[in-house]
Amino acid sequence: MIDLLVAPFHYEFMQRAFVAALVVGTLCSTIGTYVVLRRLSFIGGGIAHASFAGIVVAYLKGFDYYVGAAVVAIVTALGIGYVNRRARVSLDTAIGVLFTGAFALGVFLMSLRPTYNVDLQGFLFGNILAVSRADLLLILALSAIVAISLALLYRPLLYTSFDPVVAEASGIKAGAVAYALLVLLALTIVVSLESVGIVLVAALLVTPAATAYQLTRRFTTMLVLSACIGAFASLAGLYASYYLHAASGATIVLLVTAMFFMAMLSRLRSRRAV
Amino acid sequence: MSSESEVAVRTAGLSVHYGRIAALENVDFVVTKGSALGIVGPNGSGKSTLLKTIAGLKAPSSGTIEVFGASPRALAPGTIAYVPQVEAVDWTFPANVYDVVAMGRFPRLRALARFSRRDREVVNEALDALRIGDLRDRHISQLSGGQQQRAFVARAVAQEPGLLLLDEPTTGVDAATEDALLALVRRLVAGGLPVVMTTHDLERAGEWFDRLMVLDRRILAIGDPDDVLASGAYAGIREHVHTHGHLRSDRAAEHS
Repeated sequence: MIDLLVAPFHYEFMQRAFVAALVVGTLCSTIGTYVVLRRLSFIGGGIAHASFAGIVVAYLKGFDYYVGAAVVAIVTALGIGYVNRRARVSLDTAIGVLFTGAFALGVFLMSLRPTYNVDLQGFLFGNILAVSRADLLLILALSAIVAISLALLYRPLLYTSFDPVVAEASGIKAGAVAYALLVLLALTIVVSLESVGIVLVAALLVTPAATAYQLTRRFTTMLVLSACIGAFASLAGLYASYYLHAASGATIVLLVTAMFFMAMLSRLRSRRAV
Repeated sequence: MSSESEVAVRTAGLSVHYGRIAALENVDFVVTKGSALGIVGPNGSGKSTLLKTIAGLKAPSSGTIEVFGASPRALAPGTIAYVPQVEAVDWTFPANVYDVVAMGRFPRLRALARFSRRDREVVNEALDALRIGDLRDRHISQLSGGQQQRAFVARAVAQEPGLLLLDEPTTGVDAATEDALLALVRRLVAGGLPVVMTTHDLERAGEWFDRLMVLDRRILAIGDPDDVLASGAYAGIREHVHTHGHLRSDRAAEHS
């Protein structure tokens, strides 16, 4: 049993993968609590898809793809936030337009290249085993920034998630808090791109928090529970993918999806029992 | 006139528009500390807009509004407590009554500051003042309309604000809630807090307020509640009630 748990750690790339999975899983599921309660899940997917354009441009121009992804993700997040507040277009329409447009730009630019590149495909579904030492340091640094910001904004985020109008009247800058959350969400997505990929990051942002939501009616409990579920699913999913020789991102997401349905069933059952 | 240090709210030529539609036109009034101003008027008369403007949620299109001598948006966090008419919150949000009332402490708390023993005491006192101490562990979705209203007023009280704004807190609540709110407002006002409140209940205006404003986009009358109710402005509103049936008033009901 111990051997089974320790075996993957013989490889240095697996050690890095486990650290990355733990950090990304915890971070996504923590900020995911706000994503679920503020109904931003579609925005998360939108930012992730849009950032693909930044990755492709960075690749073609030869600079760091994290920079390209971060710039596009943050600009998209702020753009969505602005459209949501000012324009007369409904939010889901605005996201639908922005993210498909940016994603198409990425695909278009990539298709101009005569040689089809496999590296870029890794960003769609993630390749956690390819996380380099430099990547890991960047992931840790960005994650620390996001985690500290979330801690500093804990009470304004909670209050404006529940009752933005009254919070604003009491002197909390609800608009600034909303924009700050979108930027933190964009950074979280950028941090996650290499390990879980554009397509699957939306699941890590939503499913752990949605699972926690089934199990508690207190905010703080939901936040902690969501982080624990995300961390557990990431580690357990990575183990499972190692022994099954399966794609790690997909295994993690399938595991947390199974946890969601188990939580939902247990809630429905307990409700019937009352 | 009252001395400047006693002024909580002062407007001058205040007008507020929604697009091209005027909600308030050329409104001038003063609220002093330790007094309650009641606002009555038909639906669509601008009562809620006036409260939102005082709260800094709606910007004037012309004229000025000052709260404690400053723009509402420039006040220190926690200065204004606002209880909207209809709480547009997600009732499935993971929070019980205590959690909601505790949010009243948030505006003044620094980032990472501990929720202190005094914070907890203030929250418990607010729960007791609204007589919902026994509901503290109940999820917000399991409250009656009156209990919800009391929880949101308790949150405003727990904020220990400098100015309290209540938008029709007595509409659609039970008699016990109404009596609890009246006793609370009078106690807070006696303690020096300025209160601005909209209502449809003309009958008890004299019990609630030190001054009463009749509003219909413009101020039709303002002054001692009994004088205002006896004035022609009130009759005008009553006329409005008879034609449109908006106001809830026993006296109006007798005539219909």
